[in-house]
Amino acid sequence: MTTVALKPATMAQALTRGLRDAMAADPTVHVMGEDVGTLGGVFRVTDGLAKEFGEDRCTDTPLAEAGILGTAVGMAMYGLRPVVEMQFDAFAYPAFEQLISHVARMRNRTRGAMPLPITIRVPYGGGIGGVEHHSDSSEAYYMATPGLHVVTPATVADAYGLLRAAIASDDPVVFLEPKRLYWSKDSWNPDEPPAVEPIGRAVVRRPGRSATLITYGPSVPVCLEAAEAARAEGWDLEVVDLRSLVPFDDETVAASVRRTGRAVVVHEAGGYGGPGGEIAARVTERCFHHLEAPVLRVAGFDIPYPPPMLERHHLPGVDRILDAVGRLQWEADS
Amino acid sequence: MTVMEQRGAYRPTPPPAWQPRTDPAPLLPDALPHRVLGTEAAAQVDPGLLRRLYAELVCGRRYNAQATALTKQGRLAVYPSSTGQEACEVAAALVLEERDWLFPSYRDTLAAVARGLDPVQALTLLRGDWHTGYDPHEHRIAPLCTPLATQLPHAVGLAHAARLKGDDVVALALVGDGGTSEGDFHEALNFAAVWQAPVVFLVQNNGFAISVPLAKQTAAPSLAHKAVGYGMPGRLVDGNDAAAVHEVLSDAVRHARAGGGPTLVEAVTYRMEAHTNADDATRYRGDSEVETWRAHDPIALLEHELTERGLLDDDGIREAREAAETMAADLRARMNQDPVLDPMDLFAHVYAEPTPQLREQEAQLRAELAAEAEAETEGTAR
Repeated sequence: MTTVALKPATMAQALTRGLRDAMAADPTVHVMGEDVGTLGGVFRVTDGLAKEFGEDRCTDTPLAEAGILGTAVGMAMYGLRPVVEMQFDAFAYPAFEQLISHVARMRNRTRGAMPLPITIRVPYGGGIGGVEHHSDSSEAYYMATPGLHVVTPATVADAYGLLRAAIASDDPVVFLEPKRLYWSKDSWNPDEPPAVEPIGRAVVRRPGRSATLITYGPSVPVCLEAAEAARAEGWDLEVVDLRSLVPFDDETVAASVRRTGRAVVVHEAGGYGGPGGEIAARVTERCFHHLEAPVLRVAGFDIPYPPPMLERHHLPGVDRILDAVGRLQWEADS
Repeated sequence: MTVMEQRGAYRPTPPPAWQPRTDPAPLLPDALPHRVLGTEAAAQVDPGLLRRLYAELVCGRRYNAQATALTKQGRLAVYPSSTGQEACEVAAALVLEERDWLFPSYRDTLAAVARGLDPVQALTLLRGDWHTGYDPHEHRIAPLCTPLATQLPHAVGLAHAARLKGDDVVALALVGDGGTSEGDFHEALNFAAVWQAPVVFLVQNNGFAISVPLAKQTAAPSLAHKAVGYGMPGRLVDGNDAAAVHEVLSDAVRHARAGGGPTLVEAVTYRMEAHTNADDATRYRGDSEVETWRAHDPIALLEHELTERGLLDDDGIREAREAAETMAADLRARMNQDPVLDPMDLFAHVYAEPTPQLREQEAQLRAELAAEAEAETEGTAR
């Protein structure tokens, strides 16, 4: 029996590997964006791609997000599979018209004649001490736009697996990369990267019996930590990692909540008009008779993302999650 | 000794960015729009091309009139007429090879028809039964674009992709004077110039963005001047002179195909009708201005040239008008048929595979339709 040497990889490295493997497997895959070439991206996710595949396939564009996404539309029209980088969450806003008016609806407008297989990589979320416009959680905007898939990995393996699936998809995918997990690590066999994950399936990260934490992206490790801490209080929490916000995996989520009877949705984005409201409504519609308490939300405050020295008060942390879990003892209290 | 302590002028060698610029003159447009008809240059133009342009202009004018009439009958939701601008529309379609791509905006149905798109299909968007309604790959015509200038970066991306693949393809993108104020216009031109993409931008300056005149749209000496800042040539052409538009666009397309990069062409023309049938142009412009432009009509200019040179007689004129009438009658007849729509199409093309959520909604609509049909059958039975 041979022993396979596992090597630690960060999420950023897994993403690089995902891009590299996709480019090697399919010559129509083109990576483009500001700083993605020579510099290798500000988070080094595109490191080495320009060198290996040439500047025509990993292209430093002018600094213009609408132009980056708009030209990617034309490239996709001509049979390429562009993977564009938006560098930081709030930098994507100038590209919203292209995203919403063209990328999301070109398949629909043309009766299926002109699908646009574009992957839009958006590093998102806070917790890295970024100044303003560098920490937004903009997933609700993307979720509200029909025609887009919206996925976000929480593990190193999913970063690879979901990115490969996103690039292979014939539809546009907004690929949200949790910035503060870029340096999280896991080990894998470098000769065998993780499996490609189908888009649209949630996964139970930690089984439990007393309540379900429904979460995604940067909040997954926080929820896992909260679940460990909750054991001391006698709570056995299940943690569901959504992985895909569009399509939404109602089955996995509802099955979990039916088992546990209680649910808390956890995310960094603001609560009002945020993803949690939609998720809580879906859970309530499907699991009303199984619920022992209202579905609660632990979200970021409804404020513009705060300056770095205050962000720890804004981001949902273990204590705030445990507090919500405590409030799930609805029956006993009321 | 610090800089502050130094006596006298402190003048270190300027950084490299201070090197003198190259003369932008070759990029600048001519002072006056380029003209061919009525000048000696007209004699050099292929008579076959002039006749073809004439036939298409007459047909295009009739198409505009017919489509406008269809709005009054409720057959079209809206129609933005290009009457007065036919020379730009037709030349844009005729300068392209089959492998090239046209990126029209919502007013450019005529260009799409002149390129070979079925006149009824070209009206699908404006009729309201579906959005684009045609397969863009079939004629290499991108969907008629309603947001302003957002189709320009698409043209750049497509031209760039074609060049990367080694294909000899040029993209021609149409935009109005108002569209040049949009951010996407800037980003598209900048990308095109940096990438040296084989793309041609044609601005049809028809004087107004709905009601706002050019003077309130830009302070530039001309829209073609904007090219200089991007490092591409700007060309100014009489947009009512079909031969001149064809010549300038042909030059630009040739230049792009040969690897010379993009060109910005401004065609100075005039929108004779209102912005759409829903607009009242008398609120923002006077009759005398319209009459001045009427005297500079693109069909009259070409007809005069052709008849002066004995290339067209009364029979030829009648023939062109009859062909236009036949096209209009066919368009009328086909547009008067009610389109048959399948409501389930609502869900068919949102994603390659519908999401579970869309499947649920699809089932809901199917049940509603079944209930409707049942109620109708019962109603008939009674």
